[in-house]
Amino acid sequence: MTDTTDTTATGELAELAESIFAEASGTGTAFDAALWKTLEGSGLARLTLPEAAGGSEGSFTDAAAVLTAAGAHAARVPLAETDLLAGWLLHEAGIALPAGPLTAATGDLDVADTAGGSTVRGELRRVAWSRAAAGIAVLTPTRVVLLRPEHVTITDGANLAEEPRDTVRVDGPATTAEIPPGAAEQLRLRAALGRALLLAGAARGALTASVTYAGQRIQFGRPIGKLQAVQQQLALAAAEVAAASAAAWAAAGAASADGMTAPSTRFAVAAAKARAGEAAGAVARIAHQVHGAIGFTREHDLRLSTTRLWAWREEDGSDAEWNAEVGAAALAAGADGLWPLVTGRP
Amino acid sequence: MPPPVDLPPRAAELRAQVRAFLAEERAAGSWVPRSDVWLSGWDERFTRELGQRGWLGMTLPPEYGGAGASPLDRYVVTEELLAAGAPVAAHWVADRQIGPTLLRFGTEAQRRKFLPGIAAGEVYFGIGMSEPDAGSDLAAVRTRAERVDGGWELTGTKVWTSGAHRAHAFFALARSAPRDESDRHAGLSQFIVELDSPGVQIRPIPLLTGAHHFNEVVFDRVFVPDEMVLGEVGAGWRQVTSELAFERSGPERFLSTFPLLAALVGELVAAGATGTEREIGSLVSRLWTLRRMSLAIAGSLASGNAPELAAAIVKDLGTRFENEIIDAARLLVSIPPDPGAEGGYPRLLADAVLHAPGFTLRGGTNEVLRGIVARGLGLR
Repeated sequence: MTDTTDTTATGELAELAESIFAEASGTGTAFDAALWKTLEGSGLARLTLPEAAGGSEGSFTDAAAVLTAAGAHAARVPLAETDLLAGWLLHEAGIALPAGPLTAATGDLDVADTAGGSTVRGELRRVAWSRAAAGIAVLTPTRVVLLRPEHVTITDGANLAEEPRDTVRVDGPATTAEIPPGAAEQLRLRAALGRALLLAGAARGALTASVTYAGQRIQFGRPIGKLQAVQQQLALAAAEVAAASAAAWAAAGAASADGMTAPSTRFAVAAAKARAGEAAGAVARIAHQVHGAIGFTREHDLRLSTTRLWAWREEDGSDAEWNAEVGAAALAAGADGLWPLVTGRP
Repeated sequence: MPPPVDLPPRAAELRAQVRAFLAEERAAGSWVPRSDVWLSGWDERFTRELGQRGWLGMTLPPEYGGAGASPLDRYVVTEELLAAGAPVAAHWVADRQIGPTLLRFGTEAQRRKFLPGIAAGEVYFGIGMSEPDAGSDLAAVRTRAERVDGGWELTGTKVWTSGAHRAHAFFALARSAPRDESDRHAGLSQFIVELDSPGVQIRPIPLLTGAHHFNEVVFDRVFVPDEMVLGEVGAGWRQVTSELAFERSGPERFLSTFPLLAALVGELVAAGATGTEREIGSLVSRLWTLRRMSLAIAGSLASGNAPELAAAIVKDLGTRFENEIIDAARLLVSIPPDPGAEGGYPRLLADAVLHAPGFTLRGGTNEVLRGIVARGLGLR
């Protein structure tokens, strides 16, 4: 099931992204430098950034096409981090973007201004892909900070999918700038949107793998996909994939149309990350059940999708956290305000 | 899924008009919000009010009494009515299905005869598909249409026909040629049967609540003139299935218990309850997602596509969601259901619980729908 059936520019972009990420699929855990080079060469690495920041000036809907494909193929690159988060934050703050992959973090660093610039000191936890990044954009309570690899010490860590989530220590010089207005909230929403899109993609990847496997695995003299019990489970998974995908794409559409900080976008992103997170567990469970024992081993690639589903549903706000925000908004709206809250803008 | 859809800017104005009308009606106390109103809320006065405002048969061309509006305009009106728990049952089938089908397959005379009345909220229809031995397996229908001079003679029994005791006519699917085991879908035809025709018997089949919405409709050699054949003789199956994406993806597939959800939020706010944000948020996130999916399909339908697979998914998820609201309500507040209450949370919960079994049956059981999805995945 594809994310979009249109033939517009976004549809073409989706096709391009699909072919690039499908080509790059592999089972390691390290940063995929060759893929990153391809993404840079095709203008996808900085898709939504302005031209002045080396970007392609794409919309969030364009980003949806690329990030869902990245998620579906378990791409080992900090794409959302570079494009949606670090690149945006640095550019907004007026800090020149380093070439290469970037990552972003929010954390409390001590920033001291000195004659020749700033020095920063402190520790950041669970920073995505920092060991591969040419720059780490940090939003501290007081400043936007750009850390360069030569000034940090990295201790490797990982999420459930073995993606880098490192501890970064810094005690040295850094470029800093004033925090653009509303940056913290926007960064949080951008991260959740990017993660929701990746989740929708990973869910699609797990479903595709399961449908393929069900067509190949013979038991009782026929492919297990011919068994109604298996078909019903896969149909349930397909419904969850469709929901995650629709929610994430709709949130991207809201961000494209109304801007990332509009109240309607905020509601959409919250609902989308929550819905995609809820779908993740259901899809992973069915995918593993259909694959049987082999999917539960390292000899099979199903884990590349399912471990990402389990990891990503917790990252950038879990479904519990985002649902709490949606629920608080619903309770604040009250019985008569609930429906207008759901319909939002026309 | 089809690509996301944004409603056109004029939709905001239309929505505001519908909301203002509903607020006025509620203030006047002319009806009370209920669960599952598109089955149970039969109110001909209300339906005529909608017709006078141009909100029925909206997508029909003006020469048939419609407004030539987009399906997305109709979507806005119907979702507002359903969310308000307004009584829409009298016109529901006619407005949703009969109008568009007559426009597509009907003759000019059939259109002239029925469409203006549908758009005015004065002509009501039912659907005669299921039979005692043909439920999910619709191709098993046994109602016979025998060729006679000037028309057809129908003999057989239709069941679960909502509103047949009040409707003027219905579409009956009947076998006009003997069953062919190599093509079970061949030889079926659709007929427009006026329900006051000689030989039509309508008998109530009370719901488990005792309420009368369903009927058994028995034909004993009912004469249907040639001019009341719908579309092509023998093309009944294709005609019936071509409308399924409309029937399965609309807002009625996830809003049947929305008035209960709104009342639940009201009860939680009134009680000053804390710690319920996650449960309420989960329901609202699901609702928002379903609406985006349903709108995407409406947009796709408006562009002339028939996304049957996506429609089946919306109905499966949406009707389960209607049940999830009931589960959450019972978990979050301790107010017992009361089927005798005039309205409010106790009555909304009572009706929701007692109507819930129907949600995942009507319009194709969810299991059958998942079979359609499985076929779409290439498994069948």
